[in-house]
Amino acid sequence: MFLTTETFKENAVEALGNEQLQRAMHNVEAGFIGKRKAAADRLPEFDQLRANARDIKNHTLAHLDLYLEAYEANLTAAGGLLHFARNSEEARSVVLDICKRVNARTVTKGKSMISEEINLNEALSAAGVDPIETDLGEYIIQLRGEHPSHIIAPAVHVLKEQVEADFRRVHTHLAPERNLDEPESLLGEARAVLRDKFLKSDIGVTGANFLIAETGTSIIVTNEGNGDLTQTLPRIHIVIASIEKLVPTLDDVSQILRVLARSATGQDFSVYTTLSTGPRRPGDPDGPEEYHVILLDNGRSSMLGSEFQDMLRCIRCGACMNHCPVYHAVGGHAYGSVYPGPMGAVLTPSLFGVDKAGHLPNASTFCGRCESVCPMMIPLPKMMRHWREREFERNLSPATFRAGLSVWAFFATRPWLYHLATRIGMLVLGFAGKARGRFSWLPLAGGWTKYRDLPAPAGATFQAAWAKRPRT
Amino acid sequence: MSAAKHPRVALFVTCLVDMFRPSVGFAAVKLLEEAGCVVDVPAGQTCCGQPAFNSGDRATARAIATRILDTFEAYDYVVAPSGSCGGMLKSHVPELFADDPMQAARANAFAAKTFELVSFLTDVRGMREVNASLAATATYHDSCSGLRELGIKRQPRALLKSVTGLSLTEMGDSEVCCGFGGTFCVKYSDISNKIVGKKAEDIAATGADLLLAGDMGCLMNMAGKLQREGYGERIKVRHVAEVLAGMTDGPPIGEADHGAEN
Ligand code: SF4
Repeated sequence: MFLTTETFKENAVEALGNEQLQRAMHNVEAGFIGKRKAAADRLPEFDQLRANARDIKNHTLAHLDLYLEAYEANLTAAGGLLHFARNSEEARSVVLDICKRVNARTVTKGKSMISEEINLNEALSAAGVDPIETDLGEYIIQLRGEHPSHIIAPAVHVLKEQVEADFRRVHTHLAPERNLDEPESLLGEARAVLRDKFLKSDIGVTGANFLIAETGTSIIVTNEGNGDLTQTLPRIHIVIASIEKLVPTLDDVSQILRVLARSATGQDFSVYTTLSTGPRRPGDPDGPEEYHVILLDNGRSSMLGSEFQDMLRCIRCGACMNHCPVYHAVGGHAYGSVYPGPMGAVLTPSLFGVDKAGHLPNASTFCGRCESVCPMMIPLPKMMRHWREREFERNLSPATFRAGLSVWAFFATRPWLYHLATRIGMLVLGFAGKARGRFSWLPLAGGWTKYRDLPAPAGATFQAAWAKRPRT
Repeated sequence: MSAAKHPRVALFVTCLVDMFRPSVGFAAVKLLEEAGCVVDVPAGQTCCGQPAFNSGDRATARAIATRILDTFEAYDYVVAPSGSCGGMLKSHVPELFADDPMQAARANAFAAKTFELVSFLTDVRGMREVNASLAATATYHDSCSGLRELGIKRQPRALLKSVTGLSLTEMGDSEVCCGFGGTFCVKYSDISNKIVGKKAEDIAATGADLLLAGDMGCLMNMAGKLQREGYGERIKVRHVAEVLAGMTDGPPIGEADHGAEN
């Protein structure tokens, strides 16, 4: 696992100084926010749909055991095979065992965050199997040896010029003088290169946006259609999904789909919504011979019934990070884990421990914009605060910070002492800052004054002045 | 005197106004009195408890909140010149007592009578205009908690429209966070700086000579950044209450009181 959550601060400083990244992040703000808003505004019932979507998932999570059983029964009836995986290692070994049994050389992959979570590509490569990402964004970062920096736009941190350079570096079989100025030419080239690989692939691995209990169906939504080829061409199709992807019925999914694409990219609907239920049946024109579903837990079942249960409603639309000022400032890689932005700040500590990922729920201004756009109405700031509570209970917050907080708390719960202390403190500060009205530097305020001036207080506190006011 | 016509209002001063900008407190009192309220400032108040609450120290947050419930019990309304403290008092104090049946009802009653200043003036007291004048071109920043927890957006703009001589020009992204975030701005100062840097550029791009908002934390953050980046001469910064109360004789935020020196 490429976990660098512990050095979040250092990662952030590096990201802030990375000029190319900063240019790319500007595109995120410009690209996603207006489109989502326009899509939401076009649909008067958008907020009602959000509430329905929330209720559907809440209901599912409250009865997850029943829906898992139903899903398994219906999947099995359709000829599919279900594998439960408690953690990443178990999930990886299911995939590797299948590869070994059929002597697979190459695996084509649709976009899947779960595959990132379980570090599947590294495991496949180590076993001598060639993993080939077929989503354009995933393909780009695979060429660059990177990880996704966004859950729906994995290469959003890469500029077009950088993609062109990478293609020229890797696709050496193509004419060097070819024109790659337009995004379309880059897409065309990637398609041509990938087409070959689709045909040679032994196994196709996809994620799932939803699993339908009623029918045993898995659903992926994509804009490139690569997911379809990934799951229909090879002999074996493996779906890897986490347990919270379950939804009771196709009707329920249809409701949630109405908020998914609108929240994610501002489209009314994604270009492809692909349903698959079991392997090829007699008479089917295409489809795999074997159909496997790996259901990953990885800490999620322990979120059920806890203050973090609401997070399991997440449908991975990415709206929270698209609207997050901290994400805009530092990009996805600084978060040091698979899931960046506000949803990652809540999910990552669940998956890898708050002792390692404590920075993430702390690095938030609690501006609440994420919650205001989340299609599943997940109270993200509230849950980040719950992580801070867990940290505080376990004495994980920095000692100096705790000491400062307890001094402050001592005064804040003793009004007379508090007013005395602030009165004296502000008199001193007010006197010191009188000439300029602000400070460029002040002892113990370095975190503030490094970047901005500190307005000086007036001198007398309001309470002191109020006590002395002329009475009428 | 009927309570509905002349309610007893407790001013929740907020710690930043108390310490850094008493003029905002006096402006709030004036506005509340103009709205027909009988204003009191309970001496037993300190802070809304947000520093503890947002740092995960629920026990301290509850201890502070318990004091608050006692201190403000007797009043018809509690009003704070801050959306952030207002949000804490209105939304989060009840959350702190949700599992305590003894206190939950009191906390809910407290929340129901607690408001942010400008929304109280317009939404509760029905104020449509103020008696103030200021020759300035102002731009208004929507502070996050006020905007998203309390729905404050049109209220300050509506009242500002009635200030003689004042024109309002909107900045790009007025609903985007200024990067203050309480302790965030010092704990993650590099990120905070990036965010407030963008905000300063958005403000400067309007050509306004006055920045207004309803929260001292955000205002100090933005004023400090504007001044550090050399916009301080052109763009003055004030709490919206000072302008609405017509109390703009004192120095803007982060400026010296030249009047006092002469
Ligand atoms: S938390 Fe909400 S906004 Fe963020 S990815 Fe999940 S569903 Fe989308």
